[in-house]
Amino acid sequence: MATGETFPLDPPRPRALPVPPPIGETAMARRLLVAAAVLFLALILALPLAGVFTEGLRKGWGAWLAAFADPDARAAIRLTLLVAAISVPANLVFGVAAAWAITRFSFPGRNLLVTLIDLPFSVSPVVSGLVFVLLFGANGLVGPFLKAQGIQVIFAVPGLVLATIFVTFPFVARELIPIMQAQGAADEEAALTLGASGWTIFTRVTLPNIKWGLLYGVLLCNARAMGEFGAVSVVSGHIRGLTNTVPLQVEILYNEYDFVGAFAIASALAVLALVTLVLKTFLEWRYGDELARSARH
Amino acid sequence: MTDLTMSPAPARPARSLVTGVLPGFGLAFGWTLVWLSFIVLLPLAALAWKASGLGIDGFVALLASPRVRAALELSFGAALIAALINAVFGVLVAWVLTRYRFPGRSLVDAAVDLPFALPTAVAGITLAALFARNGWLGGLLAPLGIEVAYSRAGVVVALVFVGLPFVVRTVQPLLADFDREVEEAAATLGASRAATVFRVLLPPLVPAALTGFTLAFARGVGEYGSIVFIAGNMPGVTEIAPLLVVIKLEEFDYVGATGIAVVMLAVSFALLFAINALQHWTEKRW
Repeated sequence: MATGETFPLDPPRPRALPVPPPIGETAMARRLLVAAAVLFLALILALPLAGVFTEGLRKGWGAWLAAFADPDARAAIRLTLLVAAISVPANLVFGVAAAWAITRFSFPGRNLLVTLIDLPFSVSPVVSGLVFVLLFGANGLVGPFLKAQGIQVIFAVPGLVLATIFVTFPFVARELIPIMQAQGAADEEAALTLGASGWTIFTRVTLPNIKWGLLYGVLLCNARAMGEFGAVSVVSGHIRGLTNTVPLQVEILYNEYDFVGAFAIASALAVLALVTLVLKTFLEWRYGDELARSARH
Repeated sequence: MTDLTMSPAPARPARSLVTGVLPGFGLAFGWTLVWLSFIVLLPLAALAWKASGLGIDGFVALLASPRVRAALELSFGAALIAALINAVFGVLVAWVLTRYRFPGRSLVDAAVDLPFALPTAVAGITLAALFARNGWLGGLLAPLGIEVAYSRAGVVVALVFVGLPFVVRTVQPLLADFDREVEEAAATLGASRAATVFRVLLPPLVPAALTGFTLAFARGVGEYGSIVFIAGNMPGVTEIAPLLVVIKLEEFDYVGATGIAVVMLAVSFALLFAINALQHWTEKRW
C-alpha cells in the first residue's frame, strides 16, 4: 500500500499483481479493456444507484423527509425491522446448529443435508411465497385448521416472517460450514480432553474462531431479509400500515405515481445496501483469512 | 456441493452411524432437521401435493395455454440472453479487476456486489426511471427508436443488472490464482500475446464462466422484483412467469400458479444439478 491509512473500500489485494509489460497486454489494450469494463459497470451499476438518490431528492430534502413522516411509511419501517429481528436470529441459530452437526460429526446423508440447506437459493422468490400460501392460505393444507384456532398466517406478520426466513435460510449456514470445515475440530477436541463442557467449548473455543464469518453471514442475511420483495409480496396481502414492509411500500407509492415518495424510501434501502457493502468489504479486507472466500456468491 | 472430509477419531462403537467425539450432536442435528423440515421441506412438499391435483392432462393443458407459454418463453429467453451478456462482460470485468491496477479499482471491485445488496424493488423502479422516455438513458435511446422500458429489452436489462456478480465472482478467484509461469512459458515458446490469452489463459476459465452463467440464468428465470417495474407486464408480450404465478394466485387459481411454479422449480433444480456436475468435472479436469 502506498498510503499508511487505508479506507475500508480500498482493500489491498496482494494476490492481484499487475502484469508487467513483457508478457502483459500493451498499455493501449489495457486501457481499452479497463475503459470497456468501467463503462459497462458505470452504465449498469453506478447510473441506477445515482438515479435512486436523484429521483428521491428531486423536490429537495423537505419532500424527502416528508416521505418518512407518513404513518404508513413508518409502519412499514417498523414492520421490516420486526421481520428482520425475528428471521435473522432464527437463521443464525439454525446456521450455527447446522454447521456444528455437519462439520463436527460424520453421519449418513450429510452431503444431502448440505444440498438441502442450499435449496432456497434456487427457488424463485415468488415461489418461496407461494409455498406458504399453499400451506397456510384460506384453502391451504393447514390454513383452515389454524384459522379455526384464530391464527392468521397469510396476509399477516407470521407469513412475512416465514417467507423471509425461507429466502434467507442458507446465508449463515453456507458461510459457517466451509469455515468450520477448514478449521477442523482439533481445538474443540483439545478443550474436551481438558474437561470443558459442551457449552464452554462452544462459547470459548468455537465462537471466537468463527465470529467474523458469523457476522459476515448475518450481514448478508439481514440485507436480504430487509430488502426481500417477491416472496413477501405474495404472502403480504398489501394491507397498508399492517402488512406492508418497506420494499412493498416502495411498490405501492411507485404505482400511485408518488415517485418522490417511492424513491425517497427506496434511497433509504439503497443506503442500507451501501452500508452492507462497506461492512462486507471491510470484513473481507480485515478478516479475509477467517471468512469462507470460496463460498462468496 | 462442498467436499466434506471428516475430522479424525470415530471414538464411538463401530456400529454407530454417527461419528465424532464432541457433544451436542443430538441437539444440533435435531434442530437442523426440524427447522429444515418446517421451513423448507414441508412447504415444498405442499407445492408437490398441490401440483399432483393438476394431473398430467391438466399440466399439459396449462402449458399449452398461450399466455403461460409466452410467459415461460420470455422468462427463459430473457434470462438466457442476459446470462450470455453477463458471461462476456463478467469475464471482462473479472479480468480487468484481477490483472490491472487502475485508480478506483478496489471501489469498482466492491461495487460489483451491489446487485446482491440492493433490494430488487429498488433496482426495479430505478431502472424503469432510467429507461423511461424522459429518463437519463431512455431520453438518449428514444431518438434512435430504441424502447427499453415497457418492452422485452427492459426485462433483459433488469436481468443483466441482477446477474452481473455471478460470473465475475466465480471467475475472479480462478484468475487471481493463475500461475504467472504458465503465460511466461507460453511467451518464451514464442506464442503471441493473443495466442497466449485465447489458448492458454481463457480456456481454464470456461468451466467457472459456465458455472457463473448457469447461476445467473437460474436467478434470471425466477427473478421478479427488478423486472415488474420496467417490463410493462403486458400478457403474452412482457409478462414474465413469476408475475403470472402472482396473478394466478390473486385470481385464486392455486393449481395454475402451482403448475407454473413447478416448471420453474424443475428447471432450477436441473440447473443446480448441472452446476454440481460441472464443478465435479472441473475439479477432475483442472
